[in-house]
Amino acid sequence: MTAETVGATPRRKRKWPLLLAFLAPALVVYVVFVLYPIAQGIRYSLFDWNGLEPLTEFVGLENFGQAFGDKVFRGALGHNAIIVTLTLLLQLPVALFLAVLLDRDLRGRALMRLLFFAPYVLSEVVTAVVWRQIFRPDGLLDAGLSAATGTQVQGLWIADPSIVLYSVFFVVSWKYFGFHMILMLAGLQQIPDELEEAAAIDGANWWQTFRHITLPLLGPTVRVSVFLAIIGSLQLFDLVWVMTGGGPVDASNTMATYLIDWGFRRSQFGYASAVSVIIFGLSLVVALGYQRWVLSRDVDGALTVGGA
Amino acid sequence: MRSRRSRLMLLLTVLAMVLAACGGDGGDATDSTDTTAGESEVTTTTADSGTDTTEGEPEAEPVTIEWWHIQNNDPGLSLWQAVADEFMEMNPNVTVNITVQENEAFKAALQTNLQAGDVPDLFQSWGGGGLREQVDAGLVQDITEPVSSWEDELQPAARSMMEIDGALYGAPFDLGIVGVWYNRTLFEEAGIDAPPATWEELLEDVQTLKDAGITPISLAAGDKWPAMFWYAELALRLGGAEVMQAAGVDQNFDDPAFLQAGEEIERLIALEPFQPGFLATPWDGPDGAAAVLANGDAAMLLMGHWAPGTIQANGPDLAASGELGWFPFPALEGGAGDPTDAFGGGNGFAVGRDAPPEAIAFLEYISSVEVASRVGSEANLLPTTVGSEDSITDPNLVEVIEGRGEASYVQLYLDQAYPPEVGAAVNDSIVTVFAGTGGPQDVVDAVNASWE
Repeated sequence: MTAETVGATPRRKRKWPLLLAFLAPALVVYVVFVLYPIAQGIRYSLFDWNGLEPLTEFVGLENFGQAFGDKVFRGALGHNAIIVTLTLLLQLPVALFLAVLLDRDLRGRALMRLLFFAPYVLSEVVTAVVWRQIFRPDGLLDAGLSAATGTQVQGLWIADPSIVLYSVFFVVSWKYFGFHMILMLAGLQQIPDELEEAAAIDGANWWQTFRHITLPLLGPTVRVSVFLAIIGSLQLFDLVWVMTGGGPVDASNTMATYLIDWGFRRSQFGYASAVSVIIFGLSLVVALGYQRWVLSRDVDGALTVGGA
Repeated sequence: MRSRRSRLMLLLTVLAMVLAACGGDGGDATDSTDTTAGESEVTTTTADSGTDTTEGEPEAEPVTIEWWHIQNNDPGLSLWQAVADEFMEMNPNVTVNITVQENEAFKAALQTNLQAGDVPDLFQSWGGGGLREQVDAGLVQDITEPVSSWEDELQPAARSMMEIDGALYGAPFDLGIVGVWYNRTLFEEAGIDAPPATWEELLEDVQTLKDAGITPISLAAGDKWPAMFWYAELALRLGGAEVMQAAGVDQNFDDPAFLQAGEEIERLIALEPFQPGFLATPWDGPDGAAAVLANGDAAMLLMGHWAPGTIQANGPDLAASGELGWFPFPALEGGAGDPTDAFGGGNGFAVGRDAPPEAIAFLEYISSVEVASRVGSEANLLPTTVGSEDSITDPNLVEVIEGRGEASYVQLYLDQAYPPEVGAAVNDSIVTVFAGTGGPQDVVDAVNASWE
C-alpha cells in the first residue's frame, strides 16, 4: 500500500485526462438526465406555476406547507405507510415461507417456481386491467365466490372506499411475492447443507434449525428484499393509477397518484413539483438511512471475510 | 486520499454546472425539432391540396390559413379535408394548411405554440375557461365586427359558447345538451308510461323502478364528471342562467342554489338508485356505465349526445332496436331556472390573433347551412347553424337537437367552463357527496377554496 502511494503521485496526474475521457459519457448522461431534472423539480416547487406562464410567482416553501396541510395528501402518505407495513408483515413472510418450501425436494418444484414467479413478469398496467375485471361487481371474483358458497355474493372490492386499499395491497403482493421468493430461494441455496446436517446431528428440530441457522444466514438476502419492498411501496403508481385512479374518493391515492392528479389534471405544476420533491426526499432518506444502518452490516461482514 | 477525493468532487461540480447550462440548450433543441416535425406534417398536407392552387391564376395575394382540428378519424377527417379543398377551389389565392391531431396531442401542441406566440389561424376550441385564458393572453381575435353580417345564422346558445364578455372569438360547429337516456322496455316493465316531467316525478319513478327490482340509474362516478352532470343540472334548475353565469364571474359557489343542488343530490342518493359499485364505475369500457345501460342492467343514464355511440360500442345497440329513449332533464318546482335551459357543450373554431380576413371567410363557409348539414349527416355531430337541424335523422338525436333549440341558455360543462384546478375541485367534491363522505356544504367550500 505505502510503496504504491509513494510512486503513484506523478502517475496519477498523467492518468487524469484519460480518466476524464472515460468518465465523461456516463457523467454527461447522469447530469443531464438525473441531476438537472432534480434541480429543475426543486426550482419549480418554489413557484406557483400552471406550466404555461413564465416562472414569476415565487412562493417559497408555501407549496410544501399546502401539501402537508392537505388531508388528501396526508391520506396518500398514510396509504403508502399502510402498504409498506403490510408488505413487510405479510408479503415478505409469505415469500419466505414459499421459498423455504420450494427449497426442498418437492415433486413439480420447477413448475411451482415458474407459476409463482409468473405474475412478476406481467407489466403493472396489464396486471391492473386484469384485476380490475376480476374485482368488478359480478366479475370473476364475485362469480367464483357465489359458485363456491351457493349464495349471491357481491363484494365492492374496488368500489368501497374502506376496502379498496386492501384490494390494491393484495394485487401488489400477488405481483411481487414471486420476485421476493426467487431472491430468497437464491439466498437459501447459498447456505451449505453441512450446517443443517450438523444441526440435525446436534438434535435440533426443524424450527430450531430454521431460527438459528437458516434465518441468520439468509439475513443479507432478507435485508435487500426488505429494502426493495420499501422503496417499491413508497413509489407505487402504475398499478393503482390504472386499477382505481386513486379512488373512490381518494381512498387508494398514493403519493405518486396524488402528484399526477395535481400536475396533469389540475395544471398545478409548481405544487406537483413540491409533492415530487417530498417523495424524492422521503425515498432518499429511507434509502440512505437503510443502507447506513441496516445494510452496512452486510458490507462489514463481507469486508471481514475478505480480510480473513 | 482526501485531497484526491475533494478534487474529484470539485471537478464533478464544475462539470455539473457546465452540463446544466448545456441541458438548457438541449431543451430548446428538442423544442425546435418538435416544431420542424410539425411543419413537415403541415407541408405534406399542403403538397396534397396545394396542387390545385398552383394551377389557379394568381390574381390576388396568396394567403395561407393554418387550420388545427381534432377530427382525426373518419368521417370527420375526410369531411374537413373536403371542406378545405372546396374553399381553396373557390378562392385560388388561399391555401388551407390542415394540422390534424388527436385530442390530447392537440392540447399539448397548442399549448407549446401559444406559449411561443405562434397561434394557428383557426383552431379547435371548447369555449369556457380555456378560451377565456387565451382571450386574457391576447392570443385570439375579436371577430364580433366581421361576423356581424352572418352571426344570426349561428344558433344563439352555441354562439354564446365562443363569446367572452359579449365579444365573439370564433364559431361553433357542434353543440349537444345533456339529458336522460333511458331503456323503454325497463320503463314499461315497471309500469311507467311517460318520462318524468318534473324532478319529483323522476324521484318517484326511481322508487317505482326499484320496487320492480330494476336498478334505476347507471352512474359512472369513477370518472367523476358524470356525477358532476347531476349536480350541474340541479344547480341550473334551482338557480337559473343568471346564477350560473354569476358563479363563473364572481368565482364562488356562494349562491344558495349550489347548496340546495347538493341537498337534492342527497335526496336522490338516499333512494340508493345506482348500480352496485358505481363509485368505481368508469364511463366507457366493458365494466362502464354505458355497458350497464346497454345490457339492460339499469334504466336511466344522464349523459351527453355521444351516449348512443358509446352504448353501441359496449353492448347491444339499444338505439337500433328502438329501446333507447331520451328526455331532457326534468323541471324543478320552485326553482328559478327556466326548464328549457340546458347543460352541455360542444366544439368550435377559435380565430387566432394574426389570422387573415380569409380565415374568417373560411369560417363563414364552415358555418354555412350547406357544410353544417354535412357535419350533421356525415360526421355524427350536432351542427349549430340555423337551418341545418334537418340533417339529423336519428329520432333521439332529433329530440336532443330540439331541446337545444328551445334552450335560451346552455350552461357549459362545469369542469370545462372553469379553470382546470376549479373544474377538478368541482368534480372531486361532488363525488364525495355521492360516496357519503362529504356534504353539500363541503362542495361549496372546496370549490370556493380552489378559486382563491
